[in-house]
Amino acid sequence: MPSLAASWRLYGRTDRTARGVFGILAVLLPLLTWSAVSYLPFIWHPQILITDPGGEDYLESGMRMKRADFNRAVDEMRAKKLPAPQGIATNPVYFPSPGEVLSAFAHAFTSSAPTGAEHSITQAFGHSIRIIFWGFVISSLIGVPLGVLCGALPAMARLIEPSVDFFRYLPAPAFGALAVAILGIYDAPKIAIIVIGTLFQQILVIANTTRKLDFALIEAARTLGARGLRLLFRVVIPGILPDLYRDQRILLGWAWTYLIVAELIGTSSGITWFITQQARYQHFDNVYAAMALIGIVGLGTDMVLGLLARKFFTWKRENA
Amino acid sequence: MPQNSLPDYRILPLDVAERMAHIKQRECVLKIDHVGKVFTQKRHQTVALEDINFDIHRREFVCVVGPSGCGKSTLIRILAGLEDTTSGRILVDGQPVNGPGPDRGMVFQKYTLFPWMDVCRNVMFGIEMGGTSKTEARREAMQWLQIVGLEQFATSFPHQLSGGMQQRVAIVRALAARPRVLLMDESFSALDAQTRLKMQNYLMEIWRKIDITIVFITHDLDEAIYLADRILVLKPRPGRVEEVIEVPLSRPRRATQMTSDEFLATKAHLEALIRSFGDNTEETDEGEEDFNIPLLTLVTDKAE
Ligand SMILES: Nc1ncnc2c1ncn2[C@@H]1O[C@H](COP(=O)(O)OP(=O)(O)OP(=O)(O)O)[C@@H](O)[C@H]1O
Ligand SMILES: [Mg+2]
Repeated sequence: MPSLAASWRLYGRTDRTARGVFGILAVLLPLLTWSAVSYLPFIWHPQILITDPGGEDYLESGMRMKRADFNRAVDEMRAKKLPAPQGIATNPVYFPSPGEVLSAFAHAFTSSAPTGAEHSITQAFGHSIRIIFWGFVISSLIGVPLGVLCGALPAMARLIEPSVDFFRYLPAPAFGALAVAILGIYDAPKIAIIVIGTLFQQILVIANTTRKLDFALIEAARTLGARGLRLLFRVVIPGILPDLYRDQRILLGWAWTYLIVAELIGTSSGITWFITQQARYQHFDNVYAAMALIGIVGLGTDMVLGLLARKFFTWKRENA
Repeated sequence: MPQNSLPDYRILPLDVAERMAHIKQRECVLKIDHVGKVFTQKRHQTVALEDINFDIHRREFVCVVGPSGCGKSTLIRILAGLEDTTSGRILVDGQPVNGPGPDRGMVFQKYTLFPWMDVCRNVMFGIEMGGTSKTEARREAMQWLQIVGLEQFATSFPHQLSGGMQQRVAIVRALAARPRVLLMDESFSALDAQTRLKMQNYLMEIWRKIDITIVFITHDLDEAIYLADRILVLKPRPGRVEEVIEVPLSRPRRATQMTSDEFLATKAHLEALIRSFGDNTEETDEGEEDFNIPLLTLVTDKAE
């Protein structure tokens, strides 16, 4: 497997097999590590889950305690010639095993909690996705054209970028109370937070991408008689499109990071509501199931978007 | 070099002299009128060009040569309108130019085909910018591609073509927009010797067939002599016209002419001229002398 070795060299070449092998390992290795820590009792397992309290009266079965404390209890009982407590090594409650998360995952999709605005994880998550979608669409409708114009027109850049830079440094959550006061307590302020969190970065990132377009192409187009709007629409925009697309992919991830904040203001809702609710009752397996769902949906979207990029932008060498 | 056995490069053969006289009677397409260019960076000023005066006639082929940094690229960028003059002006058909325009096509040294368009659409670009409809533009573009023998690559993308093919497409892309003048800045310098010779022949073939005036920049003296009717020699610091040479070679040109006495005489003169610029400048240019090679890298110069 020379290509596997080559993949470890700086800027080395990869081929299909190597990419496949690493792709599978990328999923398998974390899962294997997680399983090993969860199921092999000699790895970590810092606590003891009591199965039989023996003669120690402050113990109950189902309790978790530190291994050292358990050993002390055992020694004590032995010294008093009482039945020693029994227990099995276990991980803390905040570290569920893959199996537990998987069953919580399945459970979350099939059962419905009768409280709150949304009844199940799917409904909660659906609501979150709607917030993200509208937040990102609104941000893009403003940010993409403005970014391209800032990148292509020096006057626009001079006029707009200073104030964008100012707002960029204000943390989006700081607008939370303001957004609720102006937009009410339901979805509007949540969408607004996503827009505020994404838009200012978007303008600057896309302006930069536009500026990085090979200037020789602009000059070539000019000597061919292109100017004004035709230069913009026939050369600038198609030329930056793959990079613009990549920026949008990154910015979509960015929008997700504002979701939790957005969903906590006003009436809490969506996947955040689900997570806080479950964490309150120490249902960490449900919490992890919800987090896994976010991760899987995020990864899935990005992979689909990546595949589409390879299909659309074959002319860009990095996609070839 | 038995230099004195070569003829004087200034003596034009009869047919060439006749042709030169004929060219000079034609109207002046491109007039460089007292052009000067100063680059200012902070407090530092570089005089790139100083008082350049030159008239280029219709269907003339002019090459510009000169040592590196003498302002060749600056001059051609000014002609294209990509750079402003500090003083003086450029006239195309008697009209002063302001900014780039479709009357002056340009082929760059770098490959500048639009990578997201296939070859045919690249060639169509300039035609469409002139207001021609898409179907008509496509028809014209295919004709142009036929001229350079690339019609079977019409649907290929630039990154699928070799460097020479890309430059051929770039040339027809520029020509398809029907410019009065074609400007070329070291357009063949990234190509290997054989491809370059082929491209030179292509270019002269096209030039013979259509009504186009060409200004071609090169640092390759062979190329300049082989292609040009007249060679404009620039001298560096500041960039000025040192000499205008009328090339004493008849047309159509063949590669075999490169060993003729006239060719060699012209080349010897150009070489001497350009070497003389290097002598009186003390700056660290690409001079052959005074290379400080670290001792360890020296290998023996004795043959084994
Ligand atoms: N944008 C610029 N800003 C400042 N100085 C410049 C700029 N462009 C060119 N110059 C200077 O102008 C002079 C002429 O440069 P130019 O690129 O025209 O040379 P050239 O003859 O094309 O050289 P070469 O043969 O190496 O391409 C050089 O001294 C260069 O440093
Ligand atoms: Mg140059």
